[in-house]
Amino acid sequence: MVVLMKTIKIALIGNPNSGKTTLFNDLTGSNQYVGNWPGVTVEKKEGKLRTADKTGHGGKASAEVIIVDLPGIYSLSPYSLEEVITRDFLVTQRPDVILNIVDASNLERNLYLTSQLMEVGIPIVVALNMMDVVRKNGDILDPDKLSALLGCPVVETSAVKGDGSFEAARCAVNQAAFTPPAPMEFEKTVEAALKEIASIPEVRKAGELKRFYAIKLFERDKKMTDSLGIKPASIEKIEHITGVCEAELEDDSESIITNQRYERVTKIAGQSLQKKRGGLTVSDKIDQVVTNRWLAIPIFAAIMFVVYYISVSSLGTIITDWANETLFGTWISGGASSLLEAAGAAEWLQSLIVGGLIGGVGAVLGFLPQMLILFFFLSFLEDCGYMARVAFIMDRIFRKFGLSGKSFIPMLIASGCGVPGIMASRTIENEKDRRMTIMVTTFIPCGAKLPIIAMIAGALFPDHSWWVAPSMYFFGVLMVIFSGLILKKTRLFTGDLAPFVMELPRYHMPAPRNLFLHIWERGRAFVVKAGTVIFVASGMIWFLSNFGWNLKLTTQDQSMLAGIGRFIAPVFAPVGFGDWRAAVASVTGIAAKENVVSTLSVLLGIADTGGEDPAFLATVAGMFTAVSAYSFMVFNMLCAPCAAAIGATYREMGSLKWTLIAVGYQTMLAYTMAFLIYQLGSVLFLGQGVTIATIAAIAVVMVLLWLLLRPDRHAKVKNTAKA
Amino acid sequence: MKSLREIHCGNTATVIRLNGEGALKRRIMDMGITKGTSITVRKVAPLGDPLEITVRGYELTIRKADAENIIVE
Repeated sequence: MVVLMKTIKIALIGNPNSGKTTLFNDLTGSNQYVGNWPGVTVEKKEGKLRTADKTGHGGKASAEVIIVDLPGIYSLSPYSLEEVITRDFLVTQRPDVILNIVDASNLERNLYLTSQLMEVGIPIVVALNMMDVVRKNGDILDPDKLSALLGCPVVETSAVKGDGSFEAARCAVNQAAFTPPAPMEFEKTVEAALKEIASIPEVRKAGELKRFYAIKLFERDKKMTDSLGIKPASIEKIEHITGVCEAELEDDSESIITNQRYERVTKIAGQSLQKKRGGLTVSDKIDQVVTNRWLAIPIFAAIMFVVYYISVSSLGTIITDWANETLFGTWISGGASSLLEAAGAAEWLQSLIVGGLIGGVGAVLGFLPQMLILFFFLSFLEDCGYMARVAFIMDRIFRKFGLSGKSFIPMLIASGCGVPGIMASRTIENEKDRRMTIMVTTFIPCGAKLPIIAMIAGALFPDHSWWVAPSMYFFGVLMVIFSGLILKKTRLFTGDLAPFVMELPRYHMPAPRNLFLHIWERGRAFVVKAGTVIFVASGMIWFLSNFGWNLKLTTQDQSMLAGIGRFIAPVFAPVGFGDWRAAVASVTGIAAKENVVSTLSVLLGIADTGGEDPAFLATVAGMFTAVSAYSFMVFNMLCAPCAAAIGATYREMGSLKWTLIAVGYQTMLAYTMAFLIYQLGSVLFLGQGVTIATIAAIAVVMVLLWLLLRPDRHAKVKNTAKA
Repeated sequence: MKSLREIHCGNTATVIRLNGEGALKRRIMDMGITKGTSITVRKVAPLGDPLEITVRGYELTIRKADAENIIVE
């Protein structure tokens, strides 16, 4: 007999830092799908409930239980993206049951969210997490009492140890068949107003969501007014009802609702929890040192140094070098060459497979071990609670540039490789800060750009090359600051004010499963990208640089790529490197920045020398003046990053539009800066005459200054709101 | 009557009113800073801003400019 089983959808909802991700990982194991919510950079995770192993329960029925991990939120307000995503999901997707994870050691604030979830007309099960912390603090919490007061089942869990997770999931599956809990009641005056609002026809037809909408409309939630399509006459009526209630209670409606929620929640917490007023917890003691006024910055610097040293300088480099040179260079490329030769493959095929595909993908995959080490550290810092302290310590500096205190980490990492740098931006909660960070992170010169710097320094500034590399880092930082200052005033980054009111979670030891899954997920995303996008890009670039327009194999200077380079070379004339070889080198940099130097050496006919051959440097020196060389270098530092980094940008932005904006901005800025350096530099340092281009450059400087100094319309709005 | 910004480190005060409106005010309230709540100012960040406070038994960080909207006694 075929039994048609209904799919049960569990929505996993809870505060940030409540152990939600740990619980989700425990319930789904590796059966998860990670993506983005449409059009935004907020991560969407979904998974199938895996069969419970150690408890012996669960059985085969777990196949049709889907768990959706919603973003960590504190409320269902209309002001934050994560909260809007969650409530839209609850209203439109109607999951069968909500599994609300509650941090028992932070009961009041967690139950505040619960009080809102109880209004959406969906059955709820509370997973009471972190009871061990409660006990450790000497407090006593009675889950049965809490369950009775809330009117929904409460299951004790310890997400880190994996205890109770499946009981909670099973309880949720059972609960899906029952009626939703009765929502908490507000004061009489408010209840009367809500009842009146709920009787308005547009609201009445919302059925089980009637009360939810009534409260939102009472709070003047614009998004809900719009989505319900409330008629102007009804809006007026609601406004009147709300106004009367506000006058009586002498407060605005949003505050009335919030205050009364917290009053009720405090009462429930007080009745089920006996608090022992004790001294400092371990976490408090750690914080006394870690965020100490004098020690915080040295400790932060030390931690950053260790992370950077191990993952970028020492261990990471050793493994990466081994992967690049031995694994891909000798074993795989060498092995493939001998195999192909033995099989009698044509020379072009060998070149495609070994030089084009293995070389291209290998150059990127070689960074994988380094990235895994780095992600280990980052997830550790994030999970243990230190990352929030980083934001606390660095906020003052970074917020001036429209960035988050946490933006420091992606930029530091980007000095090794931009790809993990971009991926590291994910720890930034605020979407605007995150987008801005992604856009500016690659301005910091990465490891692959160093050969370009070395080449230019060696060729054009041989006697005093010490300042060239530091000047590029300085220039990169300057561009980050400059971009932050001008972009935060543009329409792209203004809009709803994002308040910086952030929880500093308790320190705790991360769950190994979380760390592992996190590293695995990031690593897999990277490998998939290397296997697809970069694979195709490498093949394309190989094809373009080895074939002429007649589709016959040819030398590089007769290739299609050279043709394209010659065609676009005039574009680069105003920035000082109209030489087609320099143009082509810049274009091949999109595959990987190392290519800039190798392409140039091939095109100059001095192959197989690396970047240090005196003849090569002399030829390069002949192509440029000191100023145009610097301009060339700046352009290649700032312009569209390599294919891997563009891919990472796409993944993290979650939208093609934002990827194009980012890459477009980077390239435009690179061109502008190179133009200014070349035009103004030639006049100032090389004593060339003033031309129309010089005047254009001065005009550009004026425009940039205006962009930099123009008043921030957004700030004005904020000030008037205050007054 | 003063704002939270004027409370010295280590001292505790009770919220009597919240100024401002919209996202910031709602966020402050959502985090549990409502009328009658007591707040302890723990420390100031190394660079002079933001503040670290304890509210409803947990730690929260808030910028001084935003703390000005929290009126306490």
